Amino acid sequence: MVAESAPAISTQVGWRLAKATGLMVLVGVLLLVLVLSLRIGSLGLTTRDALDAIFNYNPESYEQTVVRSLRLPRTLIGLGVGAALAVSGAVMQAATRNPLAGPSILGVSSGAAFAVVTAIYFLGIATPEGYVWFAFGGAAAASILVYAVASAGRGGATPVKLALAGVIVSALLGSWSTALVLMDQETLDQVRFWNAGSLAGRPLGIFWTVLPFMGIGLIGAILLSRQLNVMSMGEDTARALGLHTGRVRLISGVLVVMMTGAAVAAAGPIGFVGLAVPHIVRLFTGPDYRWTIAYCLVAGPILLLGADIVGRVVVRPAELQVGIITALCGAPILIVIARRRRVADL
Amino acid sequence: MSAYVLPDTAEGVTTASTRRLKSVRLGPVSFRLNVRTLGLIGIAFAALVLFSSWALTLGSFPVPVSGVINSVLGRGSDEYDFIVRTLRLPRLLAALMVGAALGMSGAIFQGLVRNPLVSPDIIGINQGATAVAVFWIVTGQPVGMLAPVAFAGATVTALLVYVLSWRGGVAPSRLVLVGIGINAVAAAGTTYILVKYPIERVGSAVAWSAGSVYASTWDDVAILSIALLILTPLAAILMWHLRILQFGDDTAASLGLPVEPTRLLLVLVGCGCSAIAVSLAGPIGFVALMVPHIARMLGGAMTGSVLILTAILGALLLLASDVVGQHFLPVSMPVGVVTAVVGAPYFLFLLYRANARL
Repeated sequence: MVAESAPAISTQVGWRLAKATGLMVLVGVLLLVLVLSLRIGSLGLTTRDALDAIFNYNPESYEQTVVRSLRLPRTLIGLGVGAALAVSGAVMQAATRNPLAGPSILGVSSGAAFAVVTAIYFLGIATPEGYVWFAFGGAAAASILVYAVASAGRGGATPVKLALAGVIVSALLGSWSTALVLMDQETLDQVRFWNAGSLAGRPLGIFWTVLPFMGIGLIGAILLSRQLNVMSMGEDTARALGLHTGRVRLISGVLVVMMTGAAVAAAGPIGFVGLAVPHIVRLFTGPDYRWTIAYCLVAGPILLLGADIVGRVVVRPAELQVGIITALCGAPILIVIARRRRVADL
Repeated sequence: MSAYVLPDTAEGVTTASTRRLKSVRLGPVSFRLNVRTLGLIGIAFAALVLFSSWALTLGSFPVPVSGVINSVLGRGSDEYDFIVRTLRLPRLLAALMVGAALGMSGAIFQGLVRNPLVSPDIIGINQGATAVAVFWIVTGQPVGMLAPVAFAGATVTALLVYVLSWRGGVAPSRLVLVGIGINAVAAAGTTYILVKYPIERVGSAVAWSAGSVYASTWDDVAILSIALLILTPLAAILMWHLRILQFGDDTAASLGLPVEPTRLLLVLVGCGCSAIAVSLAGPIGFVALMVPHIARMLGGAMTGSVLILTAILGALLLLASDVVGQHFLPVSMPVGVVTAVVGAPYFLFLLYRANARL
């Protein structure tokens, strides 16, 4: 017995080491992406300009001013939004035991969009700082509505019910938004850019505004990851093991709303990062949510900033909004998942 | 999800309505007629005619009912003929036929996926048409070709969803998931077009994508009539095969039904209905989703005759939404905006009720 279990333990240690090494590599990649995000754009910069602008700022230098006023806010927001979306996707997938759960499927984006359209049309608010709170409130309200509708009744929030409730609430809110923009072309002109989802043109103040929500959400998710592991074994098993499943689900719901609400408020609706990153990450980490969430925390910003950098380059001198690129890359992943999974798993 | 069978289809060929079935024999063909459903169809059709005549009187230039009837029958005065026959009648007929096509398409897809919560708009057909049509509008291509182009967009999207869902057969729940993914791609494409082009053109593209029968012409009416004349009988006959399919693939195959060819034919007819509707009226939500449920509540299991009832109810709902959007709101709104506002709460109610089973 003893002789047999010894290699098993050492394999486990080996796996843990491999996962830790992988995480370190990812952190290295993230640092690289951060530097690239500061450098690449319509004005190409050197690494020295980028680093000097942060650590050794010289206001006289045009290049350094570009970094400080444009690239740095954009990169920080991308960092926060990417982490928040990916981690909230992982939490949602664990808490609902639903491979399809993700911020865009829960109607968060359309709720935020409706609130922003309302703010522009009725209140004439026209700056990203002004949108933030409306987007946040709309996102929270919509996701609560979707979750409430889907989880009412005996069956609980099954994957299909959540997906359909999200689609329908999105459509309803979308039709109200359409009604408002049809009445006023100026509103449409502002909303269409916000709606595409972008990291560009946000002042640094936005980052500080949403940071507390993202921070609480991310820390909470990390602290909750052990409970999420138990949750993902299934409702009955988790209860038998002594977990308050209702309480964990409620806490994860609050965390998710804080993270996704903050993300959509800062960057507009960005699809599929929250859905796709946990699935990709799980290929390496396996089902353990302590690792999944840690990996998501790093991989989310890599994907989002990577997509943003691609968007700055592909249609030069113009830019392609990051939300468009993530949807174009993420949807095929959803299709692959749908094709792979046994139908009964849904 | 795939385990869910519409409650009124499999086991409940209904004890209550069996008594109302009458068998009819016409030469070599014999079939059963459900008297109650026929009665419902008659009532719905009468309501449709009455409501339509009333709708034709509404507008900034009121026309009395007698004037409407005379004009439609071709013996009206010149004064009313232009308003009724040139302005109002094409729009009315287009609304009716678009509604009928959407209703039938919804009935086919819900039966096919064996899920009461699915409709062609969820699986990307509308969004595919929208992406192509929006591109067509903002790049200033000839408006006359808009409908065929949108039709092509819808068809290609539907084919793509079908092909990508194929894995030794099309499992219905896979169809939905792949459809949601394709829907997202098409939506991203639409967003890209909307931010790339100047606002003057984007405005009319967004107006199109709200879904309306506002600018319908007699040509549109002709196209819709031809399409419906082909698709309606086909769909009504296919309902019989669909009900066998709903027993499950294995049972259907052992009963001698070629499962995948039948499914392909159903997908084709269902997509045909929704593609023709979206190409002429833009994407209109919820009609395809809602109307089959109402029809089933009234008429029981989805048979060929209940499908006809679905079509008539769809026409009625779309016309009513258009009348509300056109005459009874402070600002005139496209019919697509109104149907969603009416439809969404009803759908959420259905979702709430379906809880125990889904």
